[in-house]
Amino acid sequence: MRTIPADIAERFEVGPLVSKRADLSTLDVDAKDVPELLARLRDRHGYRHLSFVTATDQIEEGVFVLTYMLHNHADNHSLGVKCRVGRENAVMESCHLLWEQMWTYQRELKELFGIDFPGSPRVDESFVLEGWIDIPPMRREFDTREYSERTFPTRPGRSTKDPATHMKEKLYPEAL
Amino acid sequence: MEPSIPLRIAYAFASLAVITVYGLLLIGSMARISAKVQGRVGQPVWQPFIDIVKSSGKRNSISHGVMFWLGPVFRLAGGVGTYMFVPAVLGSVVFQNFSMSGDLLLVMYFIFFGQLGMALGASEGGHPYSAIGVSRGLAQMTAFEVPFALSIISIAVQYGTLDITKIVMAQQGGFLNWTLFTNPLAVVAAMIAFLGMSGHNPFSVVIAPQEIPIGPPTEYQSNLLGMLQTNRAVFNGAKLVLYMNLFFGGATNVPVMVVKTFLIYFVNIFVGQAFPRFRTDQAIRFFLGVPTLIGIAAVVLFAF
Amino acid sequence: MSDIKFTRALADPDHALKPAGRPGPLGKPLVLANDGLPEEEKAWFCDAYPTASGPYKGILENFLNWARSKSLWILGFGTGCGAIELRPLMTSRFDMYRFGIQPRPTPRQSSVFVIGGYASVKTLKRIVRSYEQMMGPKFVVALGSCTINGGMYWDSYNTINAIEHYIPVDVYIAGCMPRPEALLAGFKELQRKIRRGECEGAVKYAENFEWYKANQKKVIHDWNMPDYNY
Repeated sequence: MRTIPADIAERFEVGPLVSKRADLSTLDVDAKDVPELLARLRDRHGYRHLSFVTATDQIEEGVFVLTYMLHNHADNHSLGVKCRVGRENAVMESCHLLWEQMWTYQRELKELFGIDFPGSPRVDESFVLEGWIDIPPMRREFDTREYSERTFPTRPGRSTKDPATHMKEKLYPEAL
Repeated sequence: MEPSIPLRIAYAFASLAVITVYGLLLIGSMARISAKVQGRVGQPVWQPFIDIVKSSGKRNSISHGVMFWLGPVFRLAGGVGTYMFVPAVLGSVVFQNFSMSGDLLLVMYFIFFGQLGMALGASEGGHPYSAIGVSRGLAQMTAFEVPFALSIISIAVQYGTLDITKIVMAQQGGFLNWTLFTNPLAVVAAMIAFLGMSGHNPFSVVIAPQEIPIGPPTEYQSNLLGMLQTNRAVFNGAKLVLYMNLFFGGATNVPVMVVKTFLIYFVNIFVGQAFPRFRTDQAIRFFLGVPTLIGIAAVVLFAF
Repeated sequence: MSDIKFTRALADPDHALKPAGRPGPLGKPLVLANDGLPEEEKAWFCDAYPTASGPYKGILENFLNWARSKSLWILGFGTGCGAIELRPLMTSRFDMYRFGIQPRPTPRQSSVFVIGGYASVKTLKRIVRSYEQMMGPKFVVALGSCTINGGMYWDSYNTINAIEHYIPVDVYIAGCMPRPEALLAGFKELQRKIRRGECEGAVKYAENFEWYKANQKKVIHDWNMPDYNY
């Protein structure tokens, strides 16, 4: 059973260590503590490898949950550091000085979620989408189907059927 | 009987037409043989003809200026020039070309000339890959020229002449008189250089489609590409005929020429299907290593 | 190929369709805007409309069409996941070389453009660029259902739904993914169409250039290349 190291528990206000698998745990932490915590985990606790940084859009709570996934190669353990950032004018402190590849993830998050990382290199350049003019497409208020129908003309005559109802109509018309 | 000048020009064109068709068939059949080695059916033997017709039949064509257009012209001039000063068939009126007017040094110059002209033209296209392809091509060319030139020097010393016709005459009268048997070191060095000259597999990095897109001809299209494809056949034929004359006793009739050149070209396929591709730097190191030493040995053996 | 209406998707309804080469409103020849380019770079690029050459008729053209059908050079540009199905075609099992099909690394020399499945907007930009650099007559084979109606990406924010709105298509190969056998069948069908003289995509593109260009500019928002990449 893994526990939070004592130096981390006494320095930061961290949530409980949630164990997802034997080799994967997550840790909730306040957004302002993230750079310091990541640096400490990297330098003193062996989590030297940054696997990825991602965000989930919790639109019901009005927050983005940012997950920094670190890996400790010595004891084969991944630790996800999670923090919450408000959805309106989402800004997060940049951690690109800790890992060089961090700024690529931050650039991606800026483009796809609209989370800004001031000071991160090239964060305002387009990453995957070139010339995107709508709201960031991974935000959940973005209606991808509506956007697609508005933007990309389709071949005339396209119709789709829900497989379940279609087969019901076809095989058991009396059931409807 | 000496034919008149117009007749000789007509003969030269006939000879050129024959070597073009033969060169294209050679390329097609070698591609087919390679396919068989790889367990495929392979393209038809006449596929190079169709490709040339298609390339020349394109409806648009772009140019990047006069020099760009002159690139393939120089290349074709190099190929035709090489062929024109080599007797394809010894003693034949039609296939003797203008062999009495030039010598070995002129032919060697023509081999290099096409590549240089192509380099100028391809650079004019402005495509970065052309420039890389040209630099690779010239580097590899400079490298394989060393054993080739040493081998030529060796046989020039051996026969005491630079006249190709005289060299062929000296090899007549039985296959033991061929340079292959009288000066084997020079032949080995030259055959290794030939692998590089033909651009088949171990040394195919220059025009390999999978590397930087197709090398120098990246920007060439339509009829200019057709011209380059035609030149490839002529140039191949010219080189084969030259090698046959210098090292394998020449030919006194057309069937012998066809058989000998086919076999010489087959060496390419034989090596190419067995060995993977060299990088440019590896190719240069290779040519400046053992083949150059063999070439030097061949020169030393006959000079002293 | 469906007979799509060439006016339906025009961004601006007043943007009347003008055949290429016809003089513009002031009697001057139409000149491309080259909108996205910086002022000093505009002079480097072509600012003329493509002109339609062909279709021609006659014995010579029939012969050339036969040669074109027998020598299909594919542009080696895998635009989507379907490009993975092109690789087996080169192997000894399927061996496309026996039909005269071979890959070619540069658009200048190739005659067939295989759209390999879904085309994202970002890729579409490169597709347009490469297509325009090819020498006519040029043919387009679109494979996979994504090119036909969007396929499984029909509601994606970043994937176009019908490729024929942006470049002319000669042969569609349906499937997700089509097997190499289906590709070979598609190429055979393309050869038949070329021999019948029906593959005049380059002419169609030149004649309806403004329609295609308007469609392309409608989805490619950061247009930073010449209007016609000749």
